Amino acid sequence: MTEYLLIFISTVLVNNFVLVNFLGLCPFMSVSAKLETAMGMGLATTFVLTLSSISSYLVNEYLLIPYDLEFLRTIAFILVIAGVVQFTEMVVHKTSPLLYQILGVFLPLITTNCAVLGVALLNVQKKHGFIESAIYGFGAAIGFSLVLVLFAALRERVAVADVPEAFKGAPITFITAGIMSIAFMGFVGLVK
Amino acid sequence: MTQLCLLQGGIKPDEHKSLSNQTLIVQGKLPPFLILPLLQHIGAPTEPIVKVGDPVLKGQIIAHCKRKNCSLTISAPIHASSSGTVIAVEPRAVPHPSGLTALCIVIETDGQEKWIERRPLTHYSDLAPDVVRNHIANAGIVGLGGAGFPTHIKLTHNSYFIDTLIINGVECEPYITCNDRLMREHPDDIIAGAQILMHVLGGVKQCVIAVEDNKPEAYLALSEAAKESVEVLQVPTQYPIGDERQLIQVLTGKELGRNQLPASIGIVVHNVETIRAVYRAVLLGQPLLSRIVTVTGNGIEKPQNLEVLLGTPMHVVIDQCGRQDGIERLIMGGPMMGFALPNEDMPIIKTTNCLILSRADEPAPLQMPCIRCGACVQVCPINLLPQQLYWYAKAKDFKKARNYHIFDCIECGSCAYVCPSHIPLVRYYRYAKAEIRANLREHKKAEIAKQRYEFHTFRMKRDQAEKEARLEQLKAVPKVDKEAIIKAAVKRAKAKSLSWS
Amino acid sequence: MMIATVGVLGGLALLFGLLLGYAAVHFKVEGDPVVEQIDAILPQQQCGKCSYPGCRAYAKAIVNGEADINQCAPGGELDILTLANLLDRIPKPLDIKCGVEELHKLAVIDESTCIGCFLCIQACPVDAILGAPKQMHTVIAQECTGCERCITHCPVNSLSMISVPLTTSTWKWPYPVLLPIGQNSMEPVS
Repeated sequence: MTEYLLIFISTVLVNNFVLVNFLGLCPFMSVSAKLETAMGMGLATTFVLTLSSISSYLVNEYLLIPYDLEFLRTIAFILVIAGVVQFTEMVVHKTSPLLYQILGVFLPLITTNCAVLGVALLNVQKKHGFIESAIYGFGAAIGFSLVLVLFAALRERVAVADVPEAFKGAPITFITAGIMSIAFMGFVGLVK
Repeated sequence: MTQLCLLQGGIKPDEHKSLSNQTLIVQGKLPPFLILPLLQHIGAPTEPIVKVGDPVLKGQIIAHCKRKNCSLTISAPIHASSSGTVIAVEPRAVPHPSGLTALCIVIETDGQEKWIERRPLTHYSDLAPDVVRNHIANAGIVGLGGAGFPTHIKLTHNSYFIDTLIINGVECEPYITCNDRLMREHPDDIIAGAQILMHVLGGVKQCVIAVEDNKPEAYLALSEAAKESVEVLQVPTQYPIGDERQLIQVLTGKELGRNQLPASIGIVVHNVETIRAVYRAVLLGQPLLSRIVTVTGNGIEKPQNLEVLLGTPMHVVIDQCGRQDGIERLIMGGPMMGFALPNEDMPIIKTTNCLILSRADEPAPLQMPCIRCGACVQVCPINLLPQQLYWYAKAKDFKKARNYHIFDCIECGSCAYVCPSHIPLVRYYRYAKAEIRANLREHKKAEIAKQRYEFHTFRMKRDQAEKEARLEQLKAVPKVDKEAIIKAAVKRAKAKSLSWS
Repeated sequence: MMIATVGVLGGLALLFGLLLGYAAVHFKVEGDPVVEQIDAILPQQQCGKCSYPGCRAYAKAIVNGEADINQCAPGGELDILTLANLLDRIPKPLDIKCGVEELHKLAVIDESTCIGCFLCIQACPVDAILGAPKQMHTVIAQECTGCERCITHCPVNSLSMISVPLTTSTWKWPYPVLLPIGQNSMEPVS
């Protein structure tokens, strides 16, 4: 039990996928301008990550390994992820057309989010079981969403502040992300 | 009897009250012209019931509410402050921050001050509260603390049970001393007015008069005049304890939301001068024709309080007090919540409690960028976040401003007072509120326009369809056989000619 | 080996294809609610200054990506900011080609020159002009949105636009500007 808790905390805080492993930076930078958008993106990514983490594990365990097809791992995982993302897109379009409109191309781009493929491959590398894979994927997604939401809140305040002309837009965003990353380094050593 | 709670936030600015509260209230001079705007209160403007050339008596109603019924709309009638002749009903400059004009009735005074027949309700306690309330309404009494809400509206609470009447003698804003002098010189009138109101509110048992502790003479005078069931309390001197909701919070500990009426918790609050006006209306039969105005500031020779007739142009009042050289600014109201006026020709209206004239002594401090010190947050009496409201109002992000409860702001100016960067915060909030209100108005108009447009499109389609249907019908009618008709006509003609011959 | 590869990949693809096909039917979206939300923000003057025939057409164009959010002149800067907020885009100043932001205007008919030709009544998108052929026409001021579509249709130039004067109830506090040095310190704090 504590093992699962440890996995969860380590993926959310200590080894946060965005700020420590620097994966999934594309949606992190582009979708975090508004809080509502960021929350929507976080939810969508959580859905995708958890599902694809589980499905990738199942595909790897019951299709690839028994038939000696480990070399197909990357392609198979991408196939799984693409399918899940398409499904998620349809769900988002139905439940919140505004979010669908705002996210635009970044919703299908979750397919190429290196965090999603990263989670799937890391699960294999760390030889996680079924539940561990699920928690690892879910934890990664929660960590991603947490950072996304925090960053969006920061960016909203920075947007109305007196930023010098040369720093407006992308420069101050990257500086803020860098400072956040340094802050998250404080979690190192939390989980032995 | 009443436990006092602390006021959160607030400031203690320099009072400057000793400039004007040392002398007795003086009668204002009768001006040659009286300019009476039709809107001197919060609510709907009145409609004139006199025309150019009509003679008027002192105390005569010259502009009334809709259909002469004060309960139809939120309104209060306007009376002629002195006898004379109506010489104009036209737009004139009115004391409004915009400097725009509004419709006014201009009376040329004849100097005789002839009264209309006065009908006091001497035995008001035998009359039904509604009768007295109607009398107060017809006397044109509005909140004289500066807000100008028609008093009779605050007395019609059929759905709420009122158990406390709070009389606001706090006067927390610097420079203003009109309530102070009134309480010192006419405490009996105030107590009598309180008793009238207690009767009108349906037998209210508890009445509290709140006075700030920087007015010990007023407190003593009122305590001596007070009768049973009227309690006089001292509240700590702090700005803005005089605001209705802040005062209720200090006296009872209960916080009221922006949309909650004090009546919903059984409380009604009135200003001391309003109470005195009620006394005059009911026991002396005099409608609201004058009010006490503090004329002060370093641009005035003799700062003092005057009882001025409503409609007196401000320069008459200022001349009476003596003006000094180099006057730069005229402010109506106090230094925190007042606004600057462009000239001195505007009239004194029901909500003019103070005029501050100032010379150009020191240059204004330069406005600097916000340093996010948070001093404004500490002094906000409503517990809002003035810093966030400032950022969002500046960025014109009105959705966020509403989320941070900008409409709960009472524009007291405490935040702007403490700002180390001298940012005029309240201007940003006023701007944001005005824009949001205008936006809501535009939105409503757009909704109606959209419905009309949709109906217009529908009507076009329907007319087109009807036209086509008619054409189809015409085609469906069997073709008229012209040949047969001509033959039949020729036959008839031949038959006729045969019958004649 | 080959068969296993093709089989596994093909099987996966088929499985996901079936799932997505089912989802496409089950999660079908009717209409476009985003267009409704954009239309609710626009001022509904149907003036055509944005180069689209009406506010709804402009809303659709924004959703399709054909139009930018800064083309509505009657909506002005505030509507551009609201749209930018809604759609998470960067606000831009109003496109000069589409007009300038100005105070509300009303159409007025000069009754001495009106010939009762009915052309302006047919042009008004909100039916704000009252009249019948060969009868005097007049604009119902309350319903006129100031879209200016009627002006060009009048053959005798008896239609003109007048600015609605501000009153004390429609006046708005202006956007605060930095106080110049030297202004009196007795200016009210607010």
